[in-house]
Amino acid sequence: MKTDITLTVNGEAVRETVEPRTSLADLLRDRLRLTGTHVGCEMGSCGACLVMLDGVPVHSCLVLAVQVSGQTVSTIEGLNDSGDIADLQRNFHDRNALQCGFCTNGMIMSAQALLSDNPSPSRPEIRDALSGNYCRCTGYEAIVDAISETAMQRGAIVEPAQ
Amino acid sequence: MTAALPHIGQSHRRENALRHLAGRGKFVTDLALPRMLHVAFVRSPVARGEIVELDVADAAASPGVVRVFTAATLNGLCKPWVGTLDHFTGMQSSPQNMLAECDVLWVGHPVAMIVAHSRAQAEDACELIMLDIEEKEAVVDGYAALVPGAALASGGITSNVCFETVVETPDVDAAFARAAHVVEASFTFGRHTAVTLEPRAIVADFDPSARQLNVHHGTQTPYQFQDIYARHFGLSEGKVRVIAPDVGGSFGMKLHVYNEEMATVAASIALGRPVRFVADRLESFVSDIHARDHRVSARMALDADGTILAMDVDDMTQIGAFSTYPRTSAAEGNQVIRLMGAPYRMPDYRGRLSVVFQNKVQTSQYRAVGHPIACAVTEALVDHAAGVLDLDPFEIRQRNLLADDAYPQVSATGYRFEKLSHQASLSKLHLLMGYDTLRKEQAALRKQGIHRGIGIAPFVEITNPGATFYGVGGARISAQDGAIVRLTPSGDVHCAISVTEQGQGTETIIAQVVADQLGVSPDKVKVVTGDTDTTPSGGATWACRGAGIGGETALRAGRKLQTQILTLAGEILQAAPTDLRLANGAVVDAASGNERISLAEIGRIATYRPDTLPKGCDNSLTVAQHFAPSGYPFDFTNGIQASYVEVDIETGVTRLLKHWVVEDCGRIINPLLVDEQIRGGVVQGLGPAFFEECLYDETGQMINASLADYLVPMAGEMPDIEIAHIETPTRDTILGAKGVGEAGTAAAGAAAMNAVNDALRPTGARIYQTPMTPQRILTALGHV
Repeated sequence: MKTDITLTVNGEAVRETVEPRTSLADLLRDRLRLTGTHVGCEMGSCGACLVMLDGVPVHSCLVLAVQVSGQTVSTIEGLNDSGDIADLQRNFHDRNALQCGFCTNGMIMSAQALLSDNPSPSRPEIRDALSGNYCRCTGYEAIVDAISETAMQRGAIVEPAQ
Repeated sequence: MTAALPHIGQSHRRENALRHLAGRGKFVTDLALPRMLHVAFVRSPVARGEIVELDVADAAASPGVVRVFTAATLNGLCKPWVGTLDHFTGMQSSPQNMLAECDVLWVGHPVAMIVAHSRAQAEDACELIMLDIEEKEAVVDGYAALVPGAALASGGITSNVCFETVVETPDVDAAFARAAHVVEASFTFGRHTAVTLEPRAIVADFDPSARQLNVHHGTQTPYQFQDIYARHFGLSEGKVRVIAPDVGGSFGMKLHVYNEEMATVAASIALGRPVRFVADRLESFVSDIHARDHRVSARMALDADGTILAMDVDDMTQIGAFSTYPRTSAAEGNQVIRLMGAPYRMPDYRGRLSVVFQNKVQTSQYRAVGHPIACAVTEALVDHAAGVLDLDPFEIRQRNLLADDAYPQVSATGYRFEKLSHQASLSKLHLLMGYDTLRKEQAALRKQGIHRGIGIAPFVEITNPGATFYGVGGARISAQDGAIVRLTPSGDVHCAISVTEQGQGTETIIAQVVADQLGVSPDKVKVVTGDTDTTPSGGATWACRGAGIGGETALRAGRKLQTQILTLAGEILQAAPTDLRLANGAVVDAASGNERISLAEIGRIATYRPDTLPKGCDNSLTVAQHFAPSGYPFDFTNGIQASYVEVDIETGVTRLLKHWVVEDCGRIINPLLVDEQIRGGVVQGLGPAFFEECLYDETGQMINASLADYLVPMAGEMPDIEIAHIETPTRDTILGAKGVGEAGTAAAGAAAMNAVNDALRPTGARIYQTPMTPQRILTALGHV
């Protein structure tokens, strides 16, 4: 009782045959071996499994693989290769906004989504936007700093052109 | 010798963070080996009972299932383990094995293990196991467990007391008798758990043809597990390799022996195939160790001037059905009673400890073992006394904190302090937080009905324990570390070291330390950790050992290689090694700094053209060095924290407005990483102060065992944390670094509790229970 699905993952066409119960997270990690997407709770609480589905962050542990047939998925690996998050990555690195690295994928997804919706968020707005992302190592402040710095840098680049 | 130390003390960025940012972390949860099988466990649904029937036939026939193990078919492979240590006199705990043999002793106790082609198939088969348990009376409450005639939490114990001890000075009763003031309170500190974002994970891979066991294990302590797997499964240590790759959070939770990991290794040995266990979040809550769970009653005696004369403390801590192995579940309570009053000139003391069995998940060492309890109790009583004496919280502490010029010191509980900086820390905090302005703001807002509170909490932190900590008790836990440093043929540096990395920056600071000994930049130093086959043996990472012991090991190894390089260079250059030193990737003239020969050229000659060296010249460019602390039994550090909160007395909700830390961890190797250790630690202290709690009902069921129900501190609730430092290097080592991993967690909750009680002061209410939930604050206020 398996289903054929086709989707685009990080710009590449993917055809797989999956059980109905296979989550998008398991498809990405176990079948496509895109292990940058992490699984921390399997119930949509911790945010470690966030991926972009048609440009919107979703918990890949709560989405079934059969649901995404025909859609476009971007994982941390894809965003890394495209260069879209290069500034976020640089600021996370510079500010040491990660320790063990397990939550980082989700933090980057939430940050990228926030900054596309709200290019100049306040610190409380950044903290709010991370309300679905658990981090046990950093205490969050460095992550807020890194996102805030990225927003300022993106703003500084965009504004003179307007 | 090396003239300048340009890299120690600099905020070098973590090179290994780049992999994570690119989605290229390598966690055990990511590992897939050929022919790998997956396991799931059937667990006890009740806290205490006897297995009446266990029928696995249907499960064994389920699709994808390779084998079903029960105690009868698995436990014989593993020598049982007992979580006691000799230096905890009179301690008892029953022998443990992988699967429950007859009695189930907590909700979550593994009863059967299914091995299948996928985790999903293994979980499907779990549903088909027929398990009938006759439920028995569970031991749930620690005080009830101590009543004579109470049911026992497990077989094989004579009472529910795992361990008890008393620490006291001869004059403690006299001190209370002559006291002008005695303040007292009773405290309840809830149970919480680590919630590492990567759950526990292991892939065991036994090759029967070579009798070689490779274990990929998300742990802090690979050598400890190499020893344990070898001894408990009857293998030669040399044929056991433990690899700890990237580890997604640990915090002390991943250095204990768990039934599931041992069972996974046993299954791999039985089947001769790689076997993988990754705890899902639900089973993490009922099998990862929990922490704390103390009930403390405490008194403090003071004279008329507010000088602390003595404390009298009773700690009852509840640890589950067994003491954990190999570190026990007694170290937490032992540190609670020994850290009480540690920052103060307190001559007399009595601390009683009772470590009590019950039918819940085991508790054991978690970040800042015992510290938050001792600190919260001590500092709550100091604030209470300040109120009675009408002294400002800074004033009473200034009168009582150990003077900075009065070292060495021995505490009333027997801890020996080399040198601390409490008074300087107190002064620095006062300035850092703008204390006087905050008090004015607080007073102004109180007139408007806004209840803000300020709390401060000095602390002492235990770091870098020597062999007296575990070794003397018979535990095979290393207090020493080892490093192998070599110059590569191209003149780069390679350092394999036994301390491990879980994101705190171990590899980065080791690179900085080694770089400075060899006159290269840290990006030239590759540091390898976390593999028993490729690094020398050592204690690894726990109790803040990475910088102090690991760093010193690396420093001494680096200096040894420096000597070797200079000796070889002297032979090549026909110069005296003392006229040479290392700088900028080269051997330079010691006086002028002019380059004589590059490290790359040394590497080339020693590797490819040793024939050109003078006869008898040693071409070795690899050194090994081990280091064990031999001075003070611990490197104690100190600091002070402050919390600023606002309590809504209508709803009981607390907002954390700001947090400050002044910390003295000795020589700072990397300021950026030290500050982030402190920030992360503070939040791990604030979590259990306000949110985190493993809640149980009266039958021993954990009722919030999911990440939707168990509250973890989130970005929106946590304050910004301002940090300042004082540096008092230890003289026990060349490097002078102590530790910093526990500091944030040690006192954050204590400062917050004092802040909440300061906010509540006009109402007369007090709260001495964590987490300080809105409900509990409203109860303290008499609103509910």
